[in-house]
Amino acid sequence: MNGSTPLAAGGFGATQRRDAWWIEPAITAFVLGGFVVYANWAAFRNRDFSFGPYLSPLYSPNLEHLLGPGVWPSGLPSWFPRSPAFLIMWAPAGFRLTCYYYRKAYYRSFTAHPPACGVSEGNRGYRGETAFPLVLQNLHRYLLYAVLLLLGFQWYDVALGFRFEDGFGVGVGSLVIAGTMALLTGYTLSCHSLRHLAGGKVDCFSCVRFGEARRRLFLGLSRMNEHHMLWAWVSLFSVIFADLYVLLCAKGIWTDLRLL
Amino acid sequence: MSATEAVFRVFRGGREGGEMREYRVPVSPGMVVLDAVHWIQAHGAPDLAVRWNCKAAKCGSCSAEVNGKPRLMCKSRLDSLPLDRPVVVRPMKTFPVIKDLVTDVSWNFEAAKRIPPFTPRPGVEWKYDQADADRVQEFRKCIECFLCQNVCHVLREHDKKGAFVGPAMLVRAAGYELHPLDGLTRTGFLREQGGIGLCNITKCCTEVCPESIRITDNAIIPLKERVVDDFYDPLRWLWRKVTGKG
Repeated sequence: MNGSTPLAAGGFGATQRRDAWWIEPAITAFVLGGFVVYANWAAFRNRDFSFGPYLSPLYSPNLEHLLGPGVWPSGLPSWFPRSPAFLIMWAPAGFRLTCYYYRKAYYRSFTAHPPACGVSEGNRGYRGETAFPLVLQNLHRYLLYAVLLLLGFQWYDVALGFRFEDGFGVGVGSLVIAGTMALLTGYTLSCHSLRHLAGGKVDCFSCVRFGEARRRLFLGLSRMNEHHMLWAWVSLFSVIFADLYVLLCAKGIWTDLRLL
Repeated sequence: MSATEAVFRVFRGGREGGEMREYRVPVSPGMVVLDAVHWIQAHGAPDLAVRWNCKAAKCGSCSAEVNGKPRLMCKSRLDSLPLDRPVVVRPMKTFPVIKDLVTDVSWNFEAAKRIPPFTPRPGVEWKYDQADADRVQEFRKCIECFLCQNVCHVLREHDKKGAFVGPAMLVRAAGYELHPLDGLTRTGFLREQGGIGLCNITKCCTEVCPESIRITDNAIIPLKERVVDDFYDPLRWLWRKVTGKG
């Protein structure tokens, strides 16, 4: 069958592609949207976030340890939810929001710029990351600094997860929280900005001080960076899993097994 | 249709438009789309225009859209395509059609001229370690097929050719900017004339690259980070103001 054909594709979603290109952005939107809903629910819950020595990663670091029991920072507006999770989550949430991988994911899934490769966006304006608010994506490295700081406190909480009332011990929960933190650390260390700061901005490693060490660091982070998407997803799921684990233990629905 | 025959719907026309015409092509083992196009040329459509050269995925000439996906025709094996429906072959959408499957890609060469060229540091010794060359060698694999330019939505959908040089040219710029002997800073160019902020790193360029260059991760994002260093990092800005350095 022959027929006249325009060279430019039509409106939104127009494509010559035959595969189910919409599945990937749809799944991404569903899962990412689901995580946002879950994280907000968990933060507003403001209870059952600890069980024995375990602390949910959404509530780590333990602000009661840092600020004192029952102390709430003064100066916060009255509308600010009185949940420690909201004092913590801005950093990892902002880090993921400005992450180079997640940007790809949600630009495709939520803003459809583009919905998929070779699929029309329709006749819509586009300014990329040149104007407010998306120009703020350039502050990703500052959220990296905040998350690196947070990781230090969170690993301290991981260590506390092995300290039971009768001394050192290992429970399934200890391993769940430690595993989650390992995955979060892997995600952070595979960050594009960290890779740049560690050595990416160096053109000639043999010309600078500590060049060989920086080159090795850069190569190591680059190897991790190759799997940044994988780190992003598994760490996200692990946070939900760890929070659910602590919640179910705290509610008495699940019994934590002591291994040592 | 027999199992050893495939139907191809090929764009025939020019800049003003055209039509899709069907051709029945016998299929043989190992055949690629470019083979089918050559068969069509040889058996009934000698005026079918197609640009090709090496047939080995190294010259970057036979870029087109096969079933809506930007690909090299010489690298698109028929046994990887569903042949129960016609195989649709169209020219690259982002560039003006000259005739049939041949597009005018000259804009890319004009964009390349806009990039400040490799500029060695004054008095530099023309010698460097392989370890320092590793990063830029990846960019030398580019065969200038312009599939990445074609699939980039900034050029394809929004036609911002005046404001954005495109992923292939950012790879070229990275090849200069990250070179161990280069002494020029291109961040100002990248931010203004290069339009790197228009790239929202959706990685379609990386997905279609037949040379598997990690365009987004290894070229565009490192350049974006350098632009951040020079224009969007408030602490660095303050440091420069206070110390007058860098």
